[in-house]
Amino acid sequence: MKVLVPVKRVIDYNVKVRVKADGSGVDLANVKMSMNPFDEIAVEEAIRLKEAGKADEVVAVSVGVKQAQETLRTALAMGADRAILVVAADDVHNDIEPLAVAKILKGIVDEEQPGLVLCGKQAIDNDMNATGQMLSALLGWSQATFASEVDVDGDSAVVTREVDGGLQTIKVKMPSIVTVDLRLNEPRYASLPNIMKAKKKPLDEKTPADYGVDASPRLTVVSTKEPEARSAGI
Amino acid sequence: MAVLLIADVNAGELSVDATAKAVSAAGALGDVTVLCVGANCKGAADEAAKIDGVAKVLCAEDAVLGHQMAEPAADLIVSLAGDYSHIAAPGTTDAKNIMPRVAALLDTQIISEVTAIVDGDTFERPIYAGNAIQTVKSGDATKVMTIRTAGFDAAGMGGSASVEAIGAPADPGLSSWVEDKVAESDRPELTSAGVVVSGGRGVGSEEDFALIEGLADKLNAAVGASRAAVDSGYAPNDWQVGQTGKVVAPDLYVAVGISGAIQHLAGMKDSKIIVAINKDEEAPIFQVADFGLVADLFDAVPELTSKLG
Ligand SMILES: Cc1cc2nc3c(=O)[nH]c(=O)nc-3n(C[C@H](O)[C@H](O)[C@H](O)COP(=O)(O)OP(=O)(O)OC[C@H]3O[C@@H](n4cnc5c(N)ncnc54)[C@H](O)[C@@H]3O)c2cc1C
Ligand SMILES: Cc1cc2nc3c(=O)[nH]c(=O)nc-3n(C[C@H](O)[C@H](O)[C@H](O)COP(=O)(O)OP(=O)(O)OC[C@H]3O[C@@H](n4cnc5c(N)ncnc54)[C@H](O)[C@@H]3O)c2cc1C
Repeated sequence: MKVLVPVKRVIDYNVKVRVKADGSGVDLANVKMSMNPFDEIAVEEAIRLKEAGKADEVVAVSVGVKQAQETLRTALAMGADRAILVVAADDVHNDIEPLAVAKILKGIVDEEQPGLVLCGKQAIDNDMNATGQMLSALLGWSQATFASEVDVDGDSAVVTREVDGGLQTIKVKMPSIVTVDLRLNEPRYASLPNIMKAKKKPLDEKTPADYGVDASPRLTVVSTKEPEARSAGI
Repeated sequence: MAVLLIADVNAGELSVDATAKAVSAAGALGDVTVLCVGANCKGAADEAAKIDGVAKVLCAEDAVLGHQMAEPAADLIVSLAGDYSHIAAPGTTDAKNIMPRVAALLDTQIISEVTAIVDGDTFERPIYAGNAIQTVKSGDATKVMTIRTAGFDAAGMGGSASVEAIGAPADPGLSSWVEDKVAESDRPELTSAGVVVSGGRGVGSEEDFALIEGLADKLNAAVGASRAAVDSGYAPNDWQVGQTGKVVAPDLYVAVGISGAIQHLAGMKDSKIIVAINKDEEAPIFQVADFGLVADLFDAVPELTSKLG
């Protein structure tokens, strides 16, 4: 089975977010960017499936700016086998909406025919929590969101999900889309030799047009502002 | 304009608070039809009919819709979509599971966690863990959204809308429910409680979390936790407050042994009064706290609990 893992390049979760003075968005110039934390967990899970003999290839995909190459190299250094970068924007401030990302991912799924797609449950920049579910809808596949335990067994998988009331366990038919939550695993750090090896692993570059997708946004940003500040006590 | 609002139904019961808050938000957009979905949901539908401002209730009762499985629920909502300009739901984990699927089937970009409705096309939503508020305008024919209910007042319960039973979709056969592990508790529900007492990594162990629970019970409060506390196994996952947990806005929020990382603040900074107990006076939680106590929680919490009699 092949596992596809979409990884997003986002502002590092330790960086203090600053809203641009003109209200056009958040300032992303010269700030530290990293792999979305949830996507690290998804990559880790895919590699563990390979190590357990349940998967034979792990393909990481990113949609965004050219610099997302670095994010894909991180996935390769962790243990993914190859990567696909879909260059869909030339400015870091142009985010691609989940619907467009899902359409591009569908194009990749049609070509690659994975048995499982492991997404993060949400990207920590726009907090939409949508891409995996949208991809699942476009493919007509089963979905299991917010996974804290995934047990793949042949043509089905049993997934435990973190929900409002506690935990829910469901059984999904494969192929499936699973979105991962924080407590699924603890992602490994890439070792130096693996970082060196990752530089030689294949990384293909594509464009949305290769998949016949128009990635232009459906939502226009009218303004972005700082939340109202609370006055401090003591 | 007309709104289809998906009610929050759990095991056949309506979550009145979440649904009534979503109704009051959606009322700004047009006539609100509430959809109740479940294996049994007649009772929930009758309850939803009492919410002020509801024009009509649709009740889809079928085994295939039990446990709010995403695939059949999304198919049902899409089959009804033609009559509505907006499809909305309170931002529960069920809605976060189902609504993006609905949006993709309608070729629409979802608008997640709406905190304010500017007009029929324009909405406010928090991004970057609430560090920025974005106003977005949708060009899609049908708007699909989840509503962050914490900021809206619940509509009253003086209504008497009609309830209409509707059919269910065929079972797509993609996934099936196995089991729920739901902790039973007499405490108020976290997202609607008037008082919340939360513990962080500072509490140090599952056993010592009893200190937090003891204080909460004195205050008739719900219990919350930081991610670090949940990850360490001190508290169950459904207590997590924050960017990726629950968003709460009680009258009183007591943060004990919590540093105040932005991802945690994202879930509680709209509380009316924030009290922080932390032994580190530099802890960022004090920047948002109305009352701060620099103290060891193992001294302060037992003392506070005993003084509350
Ligand atoms: C109205 C509006 C307009 C926007 N326009 C802009 C803009 O002009 N400028 C701007 O800076 N932002 C913009 N955005 C942001 C954009 O729509 C979403 O942020 C983004 O597409 C992802 O949503 P999310 O962050 O919630 O991810 P989710 O849907 O939560 O992501 C879940 C998972 O999907 C996968 N995934 C997501 N994106 C990628 C990717 N690029 N490559 C590979 N995998 C991926 C990952 O596995 C990820 O963890 C806009 C947002 C809104 C709301
Ligand atoms: C993508 C992402 C999402 C996240 N989402 C969330 C989220 O939803 N919710 C969340 O909470 N976090 C979230 N986090 C984690 C967050 O960044 C912090 O790691 C977490 O909130 C820290 O929890 P804490 O304050 O309990 O622990 P710590 O950071 O360890 O803080 C412990 C605090 O307790 C104090 N303390 C220790 N002992 C005592 C004592 N005996 N008496 C008094 N004070 C004491 C210390 O001084 C310290 O300030 C997320 C992180 C990421 C990357």
